[in-house]
Amino acid sequence: MADLAVNFCGIKSSNPFWLASAPPTNTGDQVMRAFDAGWGGAVWKTVGNPIVNVASRLGSVDYHGQKMMGLSNIELISDRPLADNLREMSFVKKRYPKSVVIASLMAETKDDWRVLIKRCEDAGVDGLELNFGCPHGMCERGMGSSVGQEPKLIQRITSWVKEFAQTPVLVKLTPNVGDIVEPALAAVAGGADGISLINTIQSIVSVDLERLVPNPRVGHASSHGGYSGPAIKPIALHMVAALARDSRIPIPISGIGGISNWRDTAEFVALGATSVQVCTAVMHHGYRIIEDMIEGLSNYLDNKGLTSLGELRGRGTSAYQEWGDLDLCYAHVASIDPLSCIGCQLCVTACHDGGHQCIFTGPQDHARPSHSRVPGIAKAPNPLPLGKLAGDRVPWIDEPQCVGCNLCQLVCPVSGCITMAEVPQSRHDTWNDRTREGRDHVPGGIHDT
Amino acid sequence: MAALSIDRLENEFVDKSPLLSAAEAIAEANRCLSCANAPCIEACPTEIDIPTFIKKIASFNVAGAAKTIFEQNLFGWSCARVCPVEVLCEGSCVLHLLEQRPIAIGRLQRFATEIDVVGTGQTRGSAPTNEQPPICRGVWPYAPTKRTFVGAAPCGRPLQDRTAEIASNRKRSVACIGSGPASLAFAGQLALEGHKVVVFEKKAIAGGLNTTGIAPYKLHAEAALSQVRFITALGVDIQTGMEVGDADGANRISGKTLLANYDAVFVGVGLGADARLGIEGEDGPEVWGATEWIERMKLEMRPRARSEIANKRIIVVGGGNTAIDVARECAMLGAASVTMVYRRGAAQMSGYKHELDHARIAGVSVMLHTQPVSFLRHASGKLAALKVATTNDEAKRMTSMAGTERDLPCDSVVIAIGQSKLQGIVKELPGVELDARGCIVVDAKTGQTHNPKVFAGGDCVNGGKEVVNAVADGRNAARAFMARNRFKGQVPSIK
Repeated sequence: MADLAVNFCGIKSSNPFWLASAPPTNTGDQVMRAFDAGWGGAVWKTVGNPIVNVASRLGSVDYHGQKMMGLSNIELISDRPLADNLREMSFVKKRYPKSVVIASLMAETKDDWRVLIKRCEDAGVDGLELNFGCPHGMCERGMGSSVGQEPKLIQRITSWVKEFAQTPVLVKLTPNVGDIVEPALAAVAGGADGISLINTIQSIVSVDLERLVPNPRVGHASSHGGYSGPAIKPIALHMVAALARDSRIPIPISGIGGISNWRDTAEFVALGATSVQVCTAVMHHGYRIIEDMIEGLSNYLDNKGLTSLGELRGRGTSAYQEWGDLDLCYAHVASIDPLSCIGCQLCVTACHDGGHQCIFTGPQDHARPSHSRVPGIAKAPNPLPLGKLAGDRVPWIDEPQCVGCNLCQLVCPVSGCITMAEVPQSRHDTWNDRTREGRDHVPGGIHDT
Repeated sequence: MAALSIDRLENEFVDKSPLLSAAEAIAEANRCLSCANAPCIEACPTEIDIPTFIKKIASFNVAGAAKTIFEQNLFGWSCARVCPVEVLCEGSCVLHLLEQRPIAIGRLQRFATEIDVVGTGQTRGSAPTNEQPPICRGVWPYAPTKRTFVGAAPCGRPLQDRTAEIASNRKRSVACIGSGPASLAFAGQLALEGHKVVVFEKKAIAGGLNTTGIAPYKLHAEAALSQVRFITALGVDIQTGMEVGDADGANRISGKTLLANYDAVFVGVGLGADARLGIEGEDGPEVWGATEWIERMKLEMRPRARSEIANKRIIVVGGGNTAIDVARECAMLGAASVTMVYRRGAAQMSGYKHELDHARIAGVSVMLHTQPVSFLRHASGKLAALKVATTNDEAKRMTSMAGTERDLPCDSVVIAIGQSKLQGIVKELPGVELDARGCIVVDAKTGQTHNPKVFAGGDCVNGGKEVVNAVADGRNAARAFMARNRFKGQVPSIK
């Protein structure tokens, strides 16, 4: 059984799974139930001066029968008195000394930060997370993402916090910026011990078409919210990887954004995250999902022959490169297995309208010329057993025309039916090589015409 | 254990619910709503945490799914195939209320456990997406975890290593009489905890009715034996051809010896011979008891013996699930006609409606309010017809209505009106008591009999129920025995 324990800038956790600062960590009772279920840590719902919330607060994107692909919220930080939160943090730490409790903080003045940090550390928390990410409500008051979007402010407030803090300080970043590296560098410059990202993405989730008011609706109006859930995972994964591969950012990363299961976790860790934080999946299915997450991740590491999670961390980072360094000669072409094809021909439509016009139905000599070249004659597919399967509804691929874009494979509903077969190449070439060597002219450009 | 020939009539039946592919299983798993306090768990006699294992299939943590199933039910793979899911887990699925097809829980459970029990299966081969996923085979059995309720949903602490705890258990040695699902569930559970378990089976082939009595379109006998091997692999010793009786000897062992040599004895002997009608002409060729007929068809008949059934007129007497199984199998094997004769109305039939519907689709006809009066035979002894009469349900004691007697010409009659009780074994185990029906009296929670050393479960206690009920009995008895072992408390007497 692989070792899942992590050491996040000195904070030791039995596993990499922490609850993100959000409704699932609103109270001590909730956090203790989460620890009972097996969560390694919890970042408490952001504390500061209590706020007042509105109703409703949540809206979601449902996609093809799956609920909550994405969730948008306009809830603010904790609406409970600070004293209640502090008392419960202290109680939780006493009862669960080995579980990680991190206080998420949001304040305005330097003195507010000082007092807040002192109170939380007195309550016994293991670390502090500075909420520079909340993209709705709090940013209108000069806090949350309005700090996270301004590198100078990030650096200044982080350095204030480091003056006062005895425990490790994580800076939580907003994705609502042009280049995520800039705010991260500011956090490093301010002395942060770790970075957590991403917070939610500014969003309007849908519009009530009867009332013509965006959702979630508060009476006759709404406001933009923060978007989370499986839909944002690709955005978060990119931002985590962008920081992990940057040598100027040597501090550990806590990955957040659409993580719903062990596979997502393994992906974040492979691209450089040390721990992960989960919210929307827990809001959907409850603390119980931790059982599958721990078990699945552990089994995966065992099967990979890795003895600890640390061995997986960053293993994929070096494979994330600039486009200009990718091999222009690498080639693969689509191939359809006639025995598993169900004849839906979704690949034909996709290839003709959204691809490169190389998948056809019917006899092969009826192929039409595609956008650039006259098609060659592809080899005939194997004859099908009579009276079985999709028969002559199986499309065929004009292989010389296939650019290897993958679209047909992505739309194919049958697992393993369309595969991409690698075409071995003897050469290797990149755009950056061409630029360096003055071979970067492609005929047919603006001045050639 | 005797080996089975593959060349058997039973194997001409194809599986009515084939193994799902990985892609199919994941698509189905993603339909599950993961209900809190899920009604499917409540409907399962072994309380398998169904939403949890389905969620694990959805993430392709198949080993984890299997662990969740086996924690509660070591016969999970067999139950997935033979359970009447239509009236248990799937029958309670909330999707019925959305006018949708319920989650195919049985088929998902088979998908999750196939590789552990059969050793092959698509869980290893095919990928859930076009990308090749990591295949998660875990380290089952790493011992059950304790499940507790956290918030609204049950939650197991994942991957707790109990090796040390098991090593420190006080090792006991126990014996089981009979090798059906109840005994093997009991045996497997204790073997997992490090105890020494011996199972004595009278027949040459182990597994009880799970091997010899399941309709072949649900489970073939040789497949059922892989379930038996799964249990023996946990460390259970099964001795076939060993009868428990009143004396020790070759192929015999006495109850007295068992009680003297073992810390506990589990009785899972099931039921006895098929009950008989006790009417004129019953003795003679072509009148069969139902379980006897099924066992012969499953284990002994060769494909060419199909001619004994094909194009013949067959009558099945009874209205339970065994009667429906026999009738449906005969119809599928090409009988000229299959008629079920039942003495009461459709509402009183103990067989499931969905099973009867399938039988009717296969071509079975049903005669209600009709009972056999006598068998008519030719001078040669060959069966000619079954004389039946319409019953009078109104009367206090069921009687035939005068003047309704008629002859149903037939070539073969199968009698499926229940099985007798195996009472002999109880005499060898002092203290064990029987109730008025001839079933062994046990404490409902612990399966303990009036002799504190003896536990019992399965058909010999409940009078004849599903495999899953027998598994629940065996498992509960094993847990009770382990709890007693752990706390060294006084042996409780039962009320």
